[in-house]
Amino acid sequence: MKAKEVTAAELGLCSCHVCGLVSRRMQNDGPAHCSRCASSLHFRKPGSISRCWAFLIAAYILYIPANLMPIMDTGSLISYRKDTIMSGIVHLWKTGSWTIAVIVFIASVTIPLLKLISLTLLLITVQRHSTWRPEQRTRLYRLLELVGRWSMLDIYVVTLLAALVQIQSLAIVKAGPGAIAFGAVVILTMLASNYFDPRLIWDPLQKESPL
Amino acid sequence: MTTDCSTIIACHECDLLQREIPLAPGETARCHRCGGTLYRNAPNSLDLTLAFSITAAVLFIIANVYPIIGIELQGNKSALNLFGTVRSIWNQEMHIVSLLVLVTTILIPAFQLTMMIYLLLPFKLDRVPTGISLIMRLLQSIKPWGMVEVFMLGVLVALVKLTHNFIVIPGVALWSFGGLTLMLAAVAASFNPRDVWIHVERQPGREVSG
Repeated sequence: MKAKEVTAAELGLCSCHVCGLVSRRMQNDGPAHCSRCASSLHFRKPGSISRCWAFLIAAYILYIPANLMPIMDTGSLISYRKDTIMSGIVHLWKTGSWTIAVIVFIASVTIPLLKLISLTLLLITVQRHSTWRPEQRTRLYRLLELVGRWSMLDIYVVTLLAALVQIQSLAIVKAGPGAIAFGAVVILTMLASNYFDPRLIWDPLQKESPL
Repeated sequence: MTTDCSTIIACHECDLLQREIPLAPGETARCHRCGGTLYRNAPNSLDLTLAFSITAAVLFIIANVYPIIGIELQGNKSALNLFGTVRSIWNQEMHIVSLLVLVTTILIPAFQLTMMIYLLLPFKLDRVPTGISLIMRLLQSIKPWGMVEVFMLGVLVALVKLTHNFIVIPGVALWSFGGLTLMLAAVAASFNPRDVWIHVERQPGREVSG
């Protein structure tokens, strides 16, 4: 740990989250605005941890119906099936579309789980003022921001199929209630990671190092 | 109250204060503690972004007018464009899913492209459009919610699923969606918000707040 490292907040400086301008700001000074772009200034995202927890817990709750309820009903003259996310992937695998099965598995199973677990880990470590591997945790956060959106894949696939396959009495596809729950999980985890402030990961380090 | 902080920069990911150094064209400055991107010297970033945005806007219109995929089964045909997809899902009482698709694939990309062109075209004519700060703030906050590239992958997955049971006819919009995905990625990669602020500060006596 180099002794020279100083953060903006320690010096009462605040960087604008829109234009990046660093300006001086007193703590408890009431609302302040950036002199260049007039955006409101904050040392850290306000209410970051509690908002992030709120969205994350809601996402955990909806994750259950998202996986247990069918997201797609497929009907034709000869067959009728209701698919949950997992049974849809298994069906794809069995019918020989291995590549697609793997893509859907990554987008609909791996990424949401990764997001839920990683955000929980980040929030707990931040709340415990942990100084454990801040660089790796920041990298994990960057990864979450990057991959989170790809979970929407299944929603789009179901939407396209349900809209397109409406051939009277021959074949019909319908979106199931699981699709709503799953879409909500994706939105909620994206909101949670939006509200998370990665600078909180680094704050305990500053308090520890002698200045 | 005001201090000259013009050469000081704080990392957005770990808040470390650092002094700005000049960069050669194409170089990126990274935080020396957490490795987050601080700023870039991207030559012509605003011109490039404008060019990509206009191309993307043209492709966006084509992608929304023409059908994406058509299917055929025993002489029965069905083909839909993007808005038709949204409407069809709405009529099936899946309002939330329908709105989700409408917002993430139509409204937000359209808004993003309009704002980009509104912002960057006046720069080219040596003017500063009104409400820059508001636009920059909006562009930043809606950025994660435009999901054209995810939708594109969704179209391809749906295409493969449909080939099991139907004769699939790829529509014109399928190709323009592919192009749009590339162009939006190019817009995101070339747009450098820092250059906007540098450009604004070069115009003396301009009212920036909005």
